[in-house]
Amino acid sequence: MSVRRRPYETQPHSPCLNLHPCPGTPTPAHSTVTETHVITTSGLTKVYRSRGREVTALDGVDLHVREGEVYGVIGQSGAGKSSLIRCVNLLERPTSGTVTVAGQDLTALAGRGPRAGRELRRARSRIGMVFQHFNLLSSRTVRDNIELPLEILGTPAKERSRKALELLDLVGLADKAGAYPAQLSGGQKQRVGIARALAGDPKVLLSDEATSALDPETTRSILQLLRDLNRQLGLTVLLITHEMDVVKSICDSAALMDKGRIVESGTVSELLATPGSELAAALFPVSGERTGEDRTVLDVTFHGEAATQPVVSQLARTYNIDISILGAAIDTVGGLQIGRMRIELPGRYEDNVVPIGFLREQGLQIDVVGADAQAPVLVKDGAK
Amino acid sequence: MTWSEIQPVLTQACWDTLYMVGWSTLIAVVAGLPLGILLVLTDKGGLLQNVVVNKVIGQVVNIARSMPFIILMVALMTFTRWITGTTIGREAAIVPLAIGAIPFFARLVEMSVREVDGGLVEAVQSMGGSTWKVVRSVLVPEALPSLISGATTTVIALIGYSAMAGTVGAGGLGDVAVRYGYQRFETGVMWITVAILAVVISLLQIVGDVVARSLHRRSGGSGGLLLFRPLRGVLPGTVATEAVKKS
Ligand SMILES: Nc1ncnc2c1ncn2[C@@H]1O[C@H](COP(=O)(O)OP(=O)(O)OP(=O)(O)O)[C@@H](O)[C@H]1O
Ligand SMILES: [Mg+2]
Repeated sequence: MSVRRRPYETQPHSPCLNLHPCPGTPTPAHSTVTETHVITTSGLTKVYRSRGREVTALDGVDLHVREGEVYGVIGQSGAGKSSLIRCVNLLERPTSGTVTVAGQDLTALAGRGPRAGRELRRARSRIGMVFQHFNLLSSRTVRDNIELPLEILGTPAKERSRKALELLDLVGLADKAGAYPAQLSGGQKQRVGIARALAGDPKVLLSDEATSALDPETTRSILQLLRDLNRQLGLTVLLITHEMDVVKSICDSAALMDKGRIVESGTVSELLATPGSELAAALFPVSGERTGEDRTVLDVTFHGEAATQPVVSQLARTYNIDISILGAAIDTVGGLQIGRMRIELPGRYEDNVVPIGFLREQGLQIDVVGADAQAPVLVKDGAK
Repeated sequence: MTWSEIQPVLTQACWDTLYMVGWSTLIAVVAGLPLGILLVLTDKGGLLQNVVVNKVIGQVVNIARSMPFIILMVALMTFTRWITGTTIGREAAIVPLAIGAIPFFARLVEMSVREVDGGLVEAVQSMGGSTWKVVRSVLVPEALPSLISGATTTVIALIGYSAMAGTVGAGGLGDVAVRYGYQRFETGVMWITVAILAVVISLLQIVGDVVARSLHRRSGGSGGLLLFRPLRGVLPGTVATEAVKKS
């Protein structure tokens, strides 16, 4: 019943490129991701019926969250993100489909009536949840709030209080045990919310827009905390957000939802390597306008190794062409250093098939930016 | 009439009022609290959603609330006799007083409980808490300041009703005011009882407000608005609007 704490592992940080100073997203410990799925939903649908009207909030969602990863679900308002996460611990009863958490089919435990039976309640106590508006009881002190899940589990008072103080220490609020939630800042409230969610030693943490009510600075610190907990405790985190920055800074995997369906999903590095991926484009946008009609614009994405090779000058020398760089950025996404560059070659696409082939041979990912190229939808309505 | 004559009468009347109001408040709170909570839980979308139970309780409460107290008292005579063995005196008055106050307080409880943030209920559910746990650690403690205001309102209303109960031989301050002031034209006595009632009611209101506000402030409320809260509870129109608001 105690918080497993591994020594805080640090890794020599990969050298930061000067172009973009290291952002506040250090990746302190090794990833704990395994190939076991801890959360699986299959064919999950949710139809809300109210006053004769039907709203399909989830339309056959298959989600696979691996043990030890931080999984982000992103999408526009009304896409069904909250419905999805609420179906995972059955706060919302799915219309059809199954939800399995840590090998247990929760939909089978649910029973027929609207009320949660003992079995389902026990299963829920092993799933932590944090909320956008914190949902702390104002009538209880911080410490008593954290003890609440332990009361539900029937933990003896002494053990409860020990555990609560330990968790407060873990989230950096050891001195606030006796305070009431009203006396805390938003960020501190969310830390308490996280501590409370961890009290029952869950394997899985669900977070519905946990940082949406916080300012950017506080958001960063809360995300950092979630990341640390993920790494230190091997906690699997499923989080919902509408901010691309959240996915960018802490997620190992991500899914894009639209109209109740998952339209794209995978690990962040897979997504970045997927040509035409909307998520990738939104995660890592590069800009730059084409300078003339007879030109080919390419988005070159390079990961790790390839970044160090002087591909552009090689290309220019080998094919004797003038290359203009329209835009470039290097960033850390999901703990990986990646770079993206938008370049322009003279001539139409047909004239540049060979140089493009050359670039692909170098292990670079090339997206041709054409008239039919998809506009990165999320950039418009997403983060900023 | 001299003061030495009237003084024992007034003292006795105060005790009678205290006795009737005290017991009926206690009964009203003990019975009205679960009833009010049940009204919320069994409502549509509630944790124990049950349309039939909700409608039945709601109707009974409405009928009992809209009944003029004097009629309720007469209507309940058989019941009162069955419980207390008599239909006159302090004990007999407690029965209609309590029965009149139960639905009154239940509605106030219902409104207070509805104001509790649904997110808190959800949080406890997500931890695996049962409905009973939700009631005990969310609904009641979070609504407590407002429940105390409601109880204050109920006590004050009961003091008013108890004056009417006095007219059927239950004694109390109301009875003194009527007997001496109205029937014997001893206006001095009447004014004294009126003054006593005014002081008692003001004190109760102040104590209730202070307690409610101190709880409210601890949990982060602004406190100031609470002074007007009991009044809001009395307006019948708010019940419907609050009911619609439920998330
Ligand atoms: N309790 C409900 N009753 C009826 N319809 C609902 C209910 N909850 C959600 N919906 C509908 O289901 C759809 C999906 O809602 P959901 O809250 O899951 O979206 P979301 O992706 O979380 O949006 P946001 O980013 O705004 O939080 C919406 O069209 C919404 O109106
Ligand atoms: Mg939502």
